Amino acid sequence: MNRLVQRFGRLREEGRKGLIVYIGAGDPNLDTTRRLALAFDAAGVDAIELGVPFSDPLADGLVNQLAAQRGLESGTTPGGVLATVKALRQGSHVPVVLYIYYNLIHRYGQERFIRDAAEAGVDGLLVLDLPPEEAGGYGHQMRAAGLCAIYLIAPTTPEERVAGIAKEASGFIYYVSREGVTGMQATVAETIGDMTARIRRHTTLPIAVGFGISNPEQAKAVARHADAVVVGSAVVDRIARGAGRSDLVESVALFVRTLAEGIRG
Amino acid sequence: MTVVAGPDLPDTQGHFGVYGGRFVPETLMHPLLELEAEYFKAQQDAEFQQQLDYYLREFCGRPTPLYLAERLTRELGGARVYLKREDLLHTGAHKINNAMGQILLARRMGKRRIIAETGAGQHGVATATVAAMFGFECVIYMGAVDCERQALNVYRMKMLGAEVVPVRAGQQTLKEAVNEAMRDWVTNVRGTHYILGTVYGAHPYPVMVRNFQRIIGDEARRQVLELEKRLPDLLIACVGGGSNAIGLFYPFLDDASVKMLGVEAGGEGILPGKHAARFQGGSLGVLQGTRSYLLQDEHGQVQLTHSVSAGLDYAAVGPEHAWLRDRQRVEYGYATDDQAVAAFMRLAKTEGIIPALESAHALAAAIERVPCMHPDQVVIVNLSGRGDKDVAQVAARVALETHRSG
Repeated sequence: MNRLVQRFGRLREEGRKGLIVYIGAGDPNLDTTRRLALAFDAAGVDAIELGVPFSDPLADGLVNQLAAQRGLESGTTPGGVLATVKALRQGSHVPVVLYIYYNLIHRYGQERFIRDAAEAGVDGLLVLDLPPEEAGGYGHQMRAAGLCAIYLIAPTTPEERVAGIAKEASGFIYYVSREGVTGMQATVAETIGDMTARIRRHTTLPIAVGFGISNPEQAKAVARHADAVVVGSAVVDRIARGAGRSDLVESVALFVRTLAEGIRG
Repeated sequence: MTVVAGPDLPDTQGHFGVYGGRFVPETLMHPLLELEAEYFKAQQDAEFQQQLDYYLREFCGRPTPLYLAERLTRELGGARVYLKREDLLHTGAHKINNAMGQILLARRMGKRRIIAETGAGQHGVATATVAAMFGFECVIYMGAVDCERQALNVYRMKMLGAEVVPVRAGQQTLKEAVNEAMRDWVTNVRGTHYILGTVYGAHPYPVMVRNFQRIIGDEARRQVLELEKRLPDLLIACVGGGSNAIGLFYPFLDDASVKMLGVEAGGEGILPGKHAARFQGGSLGVLQGTRSYLLQDEHGQVQLTHSVSAGLDYAAVGPEHAWLRDRQRVEYGYATDDQAVAAFMRLAKTEGIIPALESAHALAAAIERVPCMHPDQVVIVNLSGRGDKDVAQVAARVALETHRSG
């Protein structure tokens, strides 16, 4: 069974909220990415979202753009990211989702990428710029490979689109809590409760909320409405600032632990 | 020859065969669907069309002449060369045809904040101009490298009241400006309209911009029939995203006898990172909302590009061009930096017209092709913009060459 589906099932049974942490793969290098993922698993993270670096990350704010740039500079390729997930699987069953721009999949060959990702131990794909309208055989190929097709829903998504997306989605629904690119925010949007309620009218899938959540207090506030909280830029920013330090992995994992405790506390 | 374009293309999702479509983050899907609905409504609305016609005529200066370049024709000794004088439009390029159409659309949709990307600055100037005219807030994204090489246009935009944001990511040219404009749009989507400047990006932009630019070809077709009593044999236009080219070509697509040539930027030659000729070194890819030909590496990372002309210095090409190329309806070639600069100087000296470096690529192709044609034949070159903005850059380049050879 898919590790992501399993984990959300367990969270639901135990009445707990999940924490999903985003990092840019290959920042500062793929071996550190693997060690971070292991440390996050130990710190109580429920799923890891790995950003596959792309030259033109137009949905990302500056922090994640710079992470992608560092990832590319360290020679990170989509194939390299899959190999890293495979290596991670030697010591961890933490669910892994790839956050990826469509051109990378398109170039690799969609069917082959999905097959290789499943084989490497990936659990889901979140393709930023592939709306259901353009997905074609994607949904079928993903189901056949046992991968979750994760879709975004935005504050601008009208109800009939929510219904359509919910039908295509599996694993969880990723609700983008505000209009904008990825990045840290001082406050979280007040509309989260309304929107998650609206989404729940159309699906029983768990809802993860992300974009702009940067500290344990915000994570806790958002977790009231969501099944899981995604924290990205705040973690990526700590990786950037800790680059070159020998305790990078430990110090970032420590922060991630406070997030996990914030959500559960 | 098969009819390759028509009212049935693109399809309802914006596809031209395998090209085109709508590959954007979810936040932009609904705004794009709204824009599409509003645009097609406006297109059918006689009042909207009358307004557009009025401003194009009275403010922009349409129709533009179809001018027989007599000395150039004599010198080349082949077909008669006509220039479609889009350079004479207010703000100095064809870009205002589209900017005017889209600002009227923005007004209709009640959006009062305008954003745009620009490469050479011509689209930025056109957008800043129409924003000033209607009293809208305007932010223009421009690569920092382009801000430097097109400094004149940066001043113009600022004088027109626009905020110009230099983009420092990546290679700091047009592609990065588009990324940043899209980030702005995602963030401010409810009150902002993004006036994309070319036949690129997510549906409905490629079809909408084409339809706003087809006035070039509609006029040229009428004018050439009046002047020559016949259709032209060859149309030539430069292709960055491809809006001036599609604008000229589109109304002639069903005229089987009319050949068409799109000219990309050959830069310093067809080597990775040295050019922007997508049909020479590119492959099928998805960038900034659409599927088309793209300069990319084996992993799908977008490659660096180079062209002396900021307006052609872009890694991807409009999806309809990819489709027209597949159907062999339009031929695509390229001109190098040196050829374009030589054509720039030549037109200035023989015709008294200083062309934009972008348009000089089309002229370079004409200079190559026309001598091999028959004197009875007729060629139309789209002079998409004027070269005031390029004078300093060309002067520096020519001085350097003189210095080297001297």
